[in-house]
Amino acid sequence: MSEPTRDQERDLYRKMAKARALDIELVRWQRQGIIPAFPPSLGQEAAQVGMAAAIDQTRDFAFPMYREMGVALALDVDMLGYLGNHNGNWNGGSHDPMRHRFTPIQSVVGSNSPHAVGWALGQKLDGLDGVAVAFVGDGGSSQGDTHEAMNFAGVWNLPVVFFVTNNQWAISVPLSEQVAGGSIAARAAGYGFPGVEVDGNDVLAVRQAGLDAMARARRGEGPTLIEAKTYRRGPHATSDDPGRYRTLEEERRDGGEDPITRYRSSALERGVIDEAFLAEVDAEIVPWLEDIRTHLINLPPRDGSEIFENVYAELTSDLVEQRAAWSEGAQA
Amino acid sequence: MTDTQVIQPSTAETSIELLSVQQALNRALADELAADPRVLIFGEDVGTLGGVFRVTDGLQARFGKERVFDTPLAEAGILGTAVGLAIAGFKPVPEVQFDGFSYPAFDQIVSQVARYRYRSRGRMTMPITLRVPSYGGIRAPELHGESTETFWAHVAGLKVVSPSNAHDAYHLLRAAIQDPDPVIFMEPKSRYWQKSEVDVANSGGTSGAKIVRPGKHLTIISWGAMLGRAVQAAEAAAEDGVEIEVVDLRWLSPIDTQTIVESVGRTRRAVVVHEAARTAGLGAEVSARITEHCFDTLRAPVERVTGYDVPTPSGPLEDEQIPSVHRILLGVQKVLEYRRG
Repeated sequence: MSEPTRDQERDLYRKMAKARALDIELVRWQRQGIIPAFPPSLGQEAAQVGMAAAIDQTRDFAFPMYREMGVALALDVDMLGYLGNHNGNWNGGSHDPMRHRFTPIQSVVGSNSPHAVGWALGQKLDGLDGVAVAFVGDGGSSQGDTHEAMNFAGVWNLPVVFFVTNNQWAISVPLSEQVAGGSIAARAAGYGFPGVEVDGNDVLAVRQAGLDAMARARRGEGPTLIEAKTYRRGPHATSDDPGRYRTLEEERRDGGEDPITRYRSSALERGVIDEAFLAEVDAEIVPWLEDIRTHLINLPPRDGSEIFENVYAELTSDLVEQRAAWSEGAQA
Repeated sequence: MTDTQVIQPSTAETSIELLSVQQALNRALADELAADPRVLIFGEDVGTLGGVFRVTDGLQARFGKERVFDTPLAEAGILGTAVGLAIAGFKPVPEVQFDGFSYPAFDQIVSQVARYRYRSRGRMTMPITLRVPSYGGIRAPELHGESTETFWAHVAGLKVVSPSNAHDAYHLLRAAIQDPDPVIFMEPKSRYWQKSEVDVANSGGTSGAKIVRPGKHLTIISWGAMLGRAVQAAEAAAEDGVEIEVVDLRWLSPIDTQTIVESVGRTRRAVVVHEAARTAGLGAEVSARITEHCFDTLRAPVERVTGYDVPTPSGPLEDEQIPSVHRILLGVQKVLEYRRG
């Protein structure tokens, strides 16, 4: 066990609170027409912030899918850049993935898992001690790529942590229709490495499971699958209507206790935080959100010619021609 | 992409060796492994066995299991691993064992390998060379004789190259590995054992198409395993006094339009030959480019001699699908005899 310090606990709370506040705002901003779409992380803050706390950005690398806003925030990824994916500024986000050790986000769930494996293999070949973290969901656990990645990681005993956020729903399909056998963690046994089930609504438990898995990988003992059990309290995305596949009663019943409320009570009770700290966080959040909103609204439009950049290292002669044609068409 | 040199008969030089395509590819891989410590070779059976076509023969013994290694049998996993290794600063040279086995890796190739530079705005690059033993002609089982070039040529971010002879096999593979962009390297498996002269020291240029036989009456554009048949057809036509220019396209993406257009501009007639199915095959793209650039000088519509729009057939039936010298000559004849209605 590595007990968190008081400052670390406060940091966990601050990040969860900020992730929640931004998540709620992003849904509002979508309704206001500021961003076209957003997949909320509502209810997954403990899982996301807890796992992020186990990642050492001086040496590790995160391979997210698309519902990892809280991880990005907790890793201090440039949020305006990250949100570039959701506001249509740049697919994958325009944050610097090498600086933040956080790849562009993925639309095809599971496809990022073998990337984590390849990167981890690179660490092993280079004799470095970084660990790759692949973010997967219960839906992504069904993908063949995820299976292939876990098998490769097992065969090669690589420093990878597969962090599966089991939020019970893949858009409209519930876990019972998604995961045979009922446990994603149990699958790890078949790959020859540990599968750990953790209460994904308990930020300290997730952090500990993450630290254990990262330390194990760093010692050269190989991969771990962590299944963080939580609940997608919101819709799949702002365009989704959960009323078509689950009732409000079911949401209340299955969602359980809100992970942030739960942690706040526990931390207050243990004297790690106090009302003054909570007020400080609340006060910090308001201008922070306003700043992101202002920047989002005022993002300058991208120059249309950017669509031709970075397709290849150098423009091909075809693209030179097409860009000239674009230029002509754009002026008309 | 524009060197259009005509290959001259080779002069006696010490750097010239007689190699098969398979030997030339093996040499290219060995030379790249030796030249760049970040180059890695991996795939199914490429290590201990040396590849089912022995293209990686001896490389693991020489360069070690960390540079040349076997993977589990999973093509998406192989390509996904290549993406991660590229992010970690390696130059991956994965192999999928047969053309048809690239289909399980399709998402990783078109959605990941091809797009990562774009998605990351140039901060993460994919200097990956995917070797794919390609095309038919060896009586292989189902999905072991596919012509996949159209799939890759349609995808922004990928380059596609296919050598037709040992010299190009050596130099184009080295060029592909050194290329900063992802390259699909389509090896003509029916030509693996064909020996020809390789000038290891002088590539003669690795970019663009190459005129491999000059002629003035008609241009045949082809690539990969079909190039040899195109040359055979040209030799046969020469006996009747028809001088056919043969262009080896080599790079299937991006296409060297200039070399094609210059040749057809002179010959005013063109036939495109490929094994792949006709509809939306690369011949359609080549034909369109010729029409766009040479409409006023063309004496006849561009003819396509291609595979039919059927799944690659089994065993001896593949001869019905793959253009023969006879079919190429029929195409040539049709173009030569064309009269405006």
